[in-house]
Amino acid sequence: MSGLPFYRRERNQHPPAYSPGYKSSVLRAPFRPLVSPEQTELDTSGPTFGHDMLGPLDNDLIRNASQGGEALGERIIVHGRVLDENARPIPNALIEVWQANAGGRYAHTNDGYLAPLDPNFSGCGRTISDAEGYYRFRTIRPGPYPWPNNGSDWRPAHIHMSIFGEAFSQRLITQLYFEGDPLIPLCPIVNTIPDPDVVQRLVARLDFKNQMPFDSLAYRFDIVLRGRRQTYFENREEGA
Amino acid sequence: MMREPSKDGRLKETPSQTAGPYVHIGTAPQSIGREPLANQPGPVAYDGPDAITIEGVIYDGAGEPVRDAMVEFWGADAQGRVGEHGLFGRATTDFKTGEFSFRTVKPGQMREGLAPRIDFLIFARGINLHLHTRIYFPEDRDLIHDDPELKRVAPKARATLIADRIDGGAKGAYRFDVNLQGDNETVFFDV
Repeated sequence: MSGLPFYRRERNQHPPAYSPGYKSSVLRAPFRPLVSPEQTELDTSGPTFGHDMLGPLDNDLIRNASQGGEALGERIIVHGRVLDENARPIPNALIEVWQANAGGRYAHTNDGYLAPLDPNFSGCGRTISDAEGYYRFRTIRPGPYPWPNNGSDWRPAHIHMSIFGEAFSQRLITQLYFEGDPLIPLCPIVNTIPDPDVVQRLVARLDFKNQMPFDSLAYRFDIVLRGRRQTYFENREEGA
Repeated sequence: MMREPSKDGRLKETPSQTAGPYVHIGTAPQSIGREPLANQPGPVAYDGPDAITIEGVIYDGAGEPVRDAMVEFWGADAQGRVGEHGLFGRATTDFKTGEFSFRTVKPGQMREGLAPRIDFLIFARGINLHLHTRIYFPEDRDLIHDDPELKRVAPKARATLIADRIDGGAKGAYRFDVNLQGDNETVFFDV
């Protein structure tokens, strides 16, 4: 779908490229000013994904890599809505997720952390939002893990989320954190976002009443993607 | 909390975080020896006889290849149509060499005056919000010169957006290297 252009991305709502507290950013941050062209049809449309692409267990990380058992760990449902900045629901948003297992170990060739792999857990899943923008998946709460940055830093428990809205301009990859995790304010990657109030928008809230009784806790996490301008006039005004 | 509207009544966009070094698990499992999920986008968006190949390396500020990146490409079809006709895919950079490679069509012109291009996003450890650049084609130099979108990019910087044809390579083979920093830093966009 093509259509009206999007509001400019508010860069102060995102981490700056150069964030020396996160050492990997130092050599990977461009320094020249970004170029802001007008949006074309390529920017205001994007690849689309349908519910028929999903396998029956794609949204169940507890079972989708089973070797006969279920993944170990604290069982959770993550759910919420995908909305745009105008508070309109975004249907058919593809959400891909990846995460460490309950011990903080990734099933990845480059992860050498001493915590063991879980043979029944790959840490990969995906889901697509429904007509009201609602999505959900089931997983285990990932463990925190150490990584070399300032000596041994620790990542708070987190789930990586990649989101496609209806247009390429809405493309976003982020990380979900968990309410009450004391490692959040200590994390150099979290702290690439200068404003702690902005960080709060990455913190999923315990949603006790939506638990699956005697099975899984629930966490609520709403996602907001860029919204379209309401008129072309508004675009010209700012695009001058 | 998460949906607090701002002064203008709009919600605020969810902030970005780095895709990290294990981006392959969720977006390109075939690159770590796993089966891709059904219909998961990969490095071949089109493989007909007129397909083009674009390969390259992303260099960091020390001149080292970025070996843990995931890249995405999105372009019009050969007739310049986008939306459902657009071609999308993703590739990863090789763990040893840092090379990426993908196949798609040479896009047509979307509109009179606009040079054909492929939009190119880079996600990686150390990149806090994905970087967005564009791949233009060397055979379109006149269109690039006249493209109003590119008027605000200085000619030397503009050259960082134009792929090289690979001499002696397969027909339709292009090279597009990216420099994240330095004198020849690639132009990135805030679209």
